[in-house]
This record gives sequence, C-alpha cells and structure tokens, in this order.
Amino acid sequence: MKNEPLPQLHIPEPLHRPGDRPDFGYLNIPEPADTACPDPLVRPSEIRDLAFSLIRVLDADGIATGAWNPKLLPELLRRALAAILLTRAYDDRMYRGQRQGKTSFYMKCTGEEAIAVGQAFALSRDDMLFPTYRQQGLLIARDWSLVDMMCQVYSNSRDRLKGRQMPVFYSSKEAGFFSISGNLGTQFSQAVGWAMAAAYKHDNRIAAAWIGEGATAEPDFHHALTFASIFKAPVILNVVNNQWAISSFSGIAGAEQTTFAARALGFGIPALRVDGNDLLAVYAVTRWAADRARSNGGPTLIELFSYRADAHSSSDDPSKYRPKGEADIWPLGDPMLRLKQHLIRLGEWSEARHSVAEAEATERVRAADREAQSYGTLSDGPGHSPGTMFEDVFKEMPLHLRRQRQQAGY
Amino acid sequence: MAAMTMVQAINSALDICLTRDPDVVIFGEDVGYFGGVFRCTEGLQRKHGRTRTFDTPIAEGGILAVAVGMGAYGLRPVVEIQFADYIYPATDQLISEAARLRHRSGGEFSAPITVRTPCGGGIYGGQTHSQSPEAIFTHVCGIKTVMPSNPYDAKGLLISAIEDDDPVIFFEPKRLYNGPFDGHHNRPVTSWTNHPLGEVPAEYYRVELGKASTARQGSTVTVLAYGTMVHVALAAVEESGVDAEILDLRTLVPLDLDAIVESVRKTGRCVIVHEATLTGGFGAELAALVQEHCFYSLYAPILRVAGWDTPYPHALEWSYFPGPARVADALRQVMEAS
Ligand SMILES: Cc1ncc(C[n+]2csc(CCOP(=O)(O)OP(=O)(O)O)c2C)c(N)n1
Repeated sequence: MKNEPLPQLHIPEPLHRPGDRPDFGYLNIPEPADTACPDPLVRPSEIRDLAFSLIRVLDADGIATGAWNPKLLPELLRRALAAILLTRAYDDRMYRGQRQGKTSFYMKCTGEEAIAVGQAFALSRDDMLFPTYRQQGLLIARDWSLVDMMCQVYSNSRDRLKGRQMPVFYSSKEAGFFSISGNLGTQFSQAVGWAMAAAYKHDNRIAAAWIGEGATAEPDFHHALTFASIFKAPVILNVVNNQWAISSFSGIAGAEQTTFAARALGFGIPALRVDGNDLLAVYAVTRWAADRARSNGGPTLIELFSYRADAHSSSDDPSKYRPKGEADIWPLGDPMLRLKQHLIRLGEWSEARHSVAEAEATERVRAADREAQSYGTLSDGPGHSPGTMFEDVFKEMPLHLRRQRQQAGY
Repeated sequence: MAAMTMVQAINSALDICLTRDPDVVIFGEDVGYFGGVFRCTEGLQRKHGRTRTFDTPIAEGGILAVAVGMGAYGLRPVVEIQFADYIYPATDQLISEAARLRHRSGGEFSAPITVRTPCGGGIYGGQTHSQSPEAIFTHVCGIKTVMPSNPYDAKGLLISAIEDDDPVIFFEPKRLYNGPFDGHHNRPVTSWTNHPLGEVPAEYYRVELGKASTARQGSTVTVLAYGTMVHVALAAVEESGVDAEILDLRTLVPLDLDAIVESVRKTGRCVIVHEATLTGGFGAELAALVQEHCFYSLYAPILRVAGWDTPYPHALEWSYFPGPARVADALRQVMEAS
C-alpha cells in the first residue's frame, strides 16, 4: 500500500456558518411507515437498524400512522399540548425576567418541549427523573407548582434551595426530580445507580436520565452505559441531540461518524432513535423502553433528534456561530405546531380553542410570576439569610462550621 | 474479645453492617467473589448474597456515580476504591456530587456513602500504590475524612462511618493491615496479636467520628499524627527520650480541635507528622489551627515531618518515608529551640 495521502488532522466543521443560507437537505428523514415496532423484550442485536433510523408517528400532514403510533386519546393529547404551551409561556416569561435584571441567568428549551412533556406523560408519576437543565417540561407536565419553580429562578425567600443553586437547577424529591448539577453528565450514571437500587429492592419504579449530545463525550456517559448494561438496570438513558452544545455543532461530539443512538450497540443495549419534535413518537419510544425496564429487560438508550431553536442560555448569542433562521427551516418542524395540527386533523382542536389555550397559559404564568415575585427576586430580595449557607453542608453542623457562621455574624 | 488484624476488624465491621441493615450494599473492583485484593470483604458475598457484595467494572467514576444514585434512592452504599491512588477518576462524583448533594438540594437528597480505600506506602508500591491523598478531600466541604491507626478503631470508626448520613472517606493505611508498623522496615514484622488495640470485640460497637485519642501521654511536646504515623511517632518518642504526648487524630474532618488545643496548651510545643507530601498537606491546616489557638502557649515553632514533595519512589521508598529518625530529630529540635 502506498500510504497516500498523508494523514491530515480533521477538525469537524458545520456545513453552514453565519451569513450562509441554512439548508438541511442532507438529512435523511424516513416516513412513519418505514420503521417497525418490535416487542419491548426483543434482543438488542435484532433491532440494530433502529439506532440509525428515525422513529416517527406524525407525517407531514399531521396524521398519526405507522407501527409506533401509540394511539393516544385526544384528552391526553390536549393535556400534552397544554403542557407544551405552558412550558413555552414559562420560558418566555422567565427569560424576560432575566433580561429585566430580576435574576442572573436563564435557559429555555424552545423547540425541545415535546421531549420532556412527551416523556413525562409516558412515564409513571413515581418514576425517578435525572434531568439536565433543559427538561423543565418534566416538572410542568407533572403539574409541579410554577410558583415553586419561579422562586428557585429568583433565589427568593421561598426558594426551596435557599439561593444556593444557579437559576433553573431545580430539585424536588416530591416531584421525583433529582437535583440538577452544573457538572455535565454526572446525573446520567447516577440514574443507573438509582435504578440498580430499585432493582435490588424489587421496586417496579424505574429511572430516566437525560444528557445533551455534547455531554455524551463525558466519561459519565460511558459509565452509565457500562453499569446499566452489566447490571441490567431498569433505566431509560435519553440523549437529547439538539444539534448544538453552546457553539459546538454535533460533529464536535462525534455525529459525523455515527449516530448517538449507535453508542449503545457496543454495550448490547437496545437503541432507539426518534423524531424528538413528534410528541407521539417520543411518547411511544419512552413507553416501549419503560415497559422493557419494568419487565426486567434492562436499559434502553433513546436518541431524541431535535433542534435547539433558541440560544444556549441567556448568556449566549447564537448569531455568532450559526446562520439565522435555521430553526425556521428545521425539517422536523416545531413540536407545538405539529401536535396542534394533529389535534385539528383529528377534529379535536381548532384555531379558536388554541388561541384560548395560549392565552390561558400566558395568564397562568403571569399570575404565578406575580405571586413568586411577591416572595422576592434576586435583584431586590428578600432572599434567605446568609446564615443558612452553613446549613446542609453536613446533616448536623460540625463545630468548625458553627464557629464560622458565628464569625460571619449569624 | 479476639485478636484481629486490621483486615479482620474491617471485615467484621462490614459483616455486622450488612447483617443489621438491609440497605447496606458493598461493591468495588474484586470485592465480591474474591473478597478484595487486601481480603477485607472476604466471605461477605458467600454469607450475605451476591446482590449485597459484588464486583464492579473498573471505573472508579462509575462506582461513585452509582453510589450517589443508590444513596438518593435510600440505600447506604459502601464502596471500595482498590488503592487511594485510583480515586482520582472518581473525584468529580465525590467532590461535585456526593459532597454537595445535601446542600444543593436544600437537604432533600443526600449521599450516605462510605468510600473505603487503602492508602500509604511501605509495600514497594511505587508512586501508584502508595499515596495518601487525604488533604485533597479534607479541603472539600461536605465530606468527612477518617484514617484509623489500629484494628479496634478501624472497626468502630468504620461502623460509625457507614451509619453516618454524610459521605465519608475512610482511608486504610495498608501497611497497618497485618501489624503495627513503626517505620523500622529492617526489623522483623510484628503482628497485631499481642497489641492491646488488636483486641477487638466480635460484636457491634462504635468509635465516634470527630474524636481524637491519646496514643501516649506526655508533658513536653504534642505530636499530632494519624494512621501509620502514630506508630512511627511512638517509636520516635521511645528513641529520642522526649516525653511527648501523641494524639491520634483518627478523624480529620470533623477535627477534634479541642483535644489538640488542650494538649498543646499543656505542652507548649507541637510537631505534626504525616506520610503525605508536605506542601498543602493536612499538616498545614493543623499548623495554622495550632498557631491560631495556642500561639501564646508555644515555646518553639511548630514543625512538620512529612513525605517529601516528590512522587513516592519505588526503590527509594525508605528514603521518602518519614520514619522515626526524622520524627525524633523534629522532637529534639523543638526541645532545643526553647
Ligand atoms: C463538566 C462540564 N464541562 C463544561 C460545562 C460548560 N457547559 C455548560 S452547557 C455546555 C454545553 C452542553 O451541550 P449539550 O450537552 O449538547 O446540551 P445542550 O446545552 O445542548 O442541551 C457546556 C460546555 C459544564 N457545565 N460542565
């Protein structure tokens, strides 16, 4: 062999940068009828193709078809749509609050709402969730108090986390929502530990974890798959592939060579790749994985293919690294509009009802915000006393911390 | 009472905790069927079942991560990191997660994990089987740090650590597993059999975390030591003839500051001994505390005797190890300074 050309260092680069005309023509998007739905207890080796395909239920006209159609009742679909609308209204309001200086930071999940909402509906209320900062829809779909969430964002006197965590790093044991970490990926392998504990106790609750495609490069992702596979943990491992990790496109996390779902194949874990903007498909795959886990079938990895339609966070300006308008031409569309279209097609919804529902969501958020702000904001207080900082470091405060608290004047 | 090695004492503590509490689970590399490379978990799987003591893949970060998740569920995991030198892949899960979880969740979630790990040199382990990284963890708020020096304490402290609702790192000086070691590596190995602290009750008992013990009473110098260095200090006192009081700290966080202050105010001198490297070691913290609390009682500068600031060398480990001669020198020095 001639060994030519010489090796060249490959630095992945997205197809389009600011100033370019965005185009997703290169994406291969199958139709709902193209993917079969196996039995949840299938051997992973028999469904390897699902790691490279894209499971979909809603077609371009908003009709639910194909083997994965979960055949959900219109009532459930309307509740899911309401949760999406509420999540969006909540995000808009809190983002504006950040811009007005009422808090330091905010992160939206625009364009990804069908993931958290669809998965929350597909799981049991007492399944344990190990989310990232972009699954606020889980709390909202579980009917968690908006006021409680807002108090966390404002770090005010009713913040259950006592002003200790950055905005959106929610935690609620009662909601089955694990404390969000700032260290990317750590929750992924912890969820496996929780699931192992549940299996140890013959508990039929399962765990579900989320991670961004960018953070799959962290060792915790590898640990999660390794331990889940070896110990057959009842856990659903979700990779939210929203194409961007702050300013790095998915190629920097490995997407040029294979899919994120395919990462599971080497571990013998079944992998499903799903249209993350199709609430029905998201629901169906989650239900499939939950059934598998609850029947001692072990873990499933799900790649939820989506697009981060807004900035990474309130500190980010995506116009610096990607073309404007990509979200508008994203071929999998807007998850809210697709669900709305589907309901209208079913004759179970209308433009008029939608306008009313949108107004209701906005009003609910506004009322919650008024109440939350009455308990304080980061800018104007009141917050918790600085003396509380010394609590919860240990279960009981050791002498050196009591002395330091006294020294600090509390 | 029975004579036990430190390995047997640790094994007994683990056995008792598995028996008393169905939420205790033990896991780590080679700890299951085989019983651990130092044999501390020997027989536990056979006695208590496979789901209670089991082998994990070689992924320290994964071991700690699943322990955090199990803790959040309500279990009480006891994990073994095969050598303290291999704890670094787990530091993110330890420092950012286990140690912070209670605080960041407003007290709703916690990680009642015990991390057992053999530390220290003297077994020709070179730089990758000899380290004492306790100061990395004493610097982390939210974690307790323990290092016993004998079988009796090891058992009682380990039971307390496992029953504690906060994460605890439990360092086991591997050179002490099978006998007390005073640093005279050329002399015949002694066993725990005839040592008073090798007498260990078979039943349940606790040694409270955060309490030092007096390994030797004395009047002119206070030696602060823990782990193997307690025995080295005892030898150094014998050989130097200095009437030193030796405090075995046992727990570094929370620290028994009152015991330290009481002793140094009495003796007026202080020598700190640890096997870990000097700079930024726990001795620096101890020196600062003694200075803050006992300055007006001191007749001499506080001295530290520690491992050199180099990696632990394989063939030259006895030149590295802060043995009795170096400790004795420090004792004489503080006596001569005043
Ligand atoms: C261990 C760690 N490294 C880096 C960061 C900084 N950081 C925060 S979010 C982010 C991008 C994450 O992207 P991805 O995982 O794709 O999730 P997304 O934000 O797209 O939802 C980075 C690098 C961090 N929080 N933690």
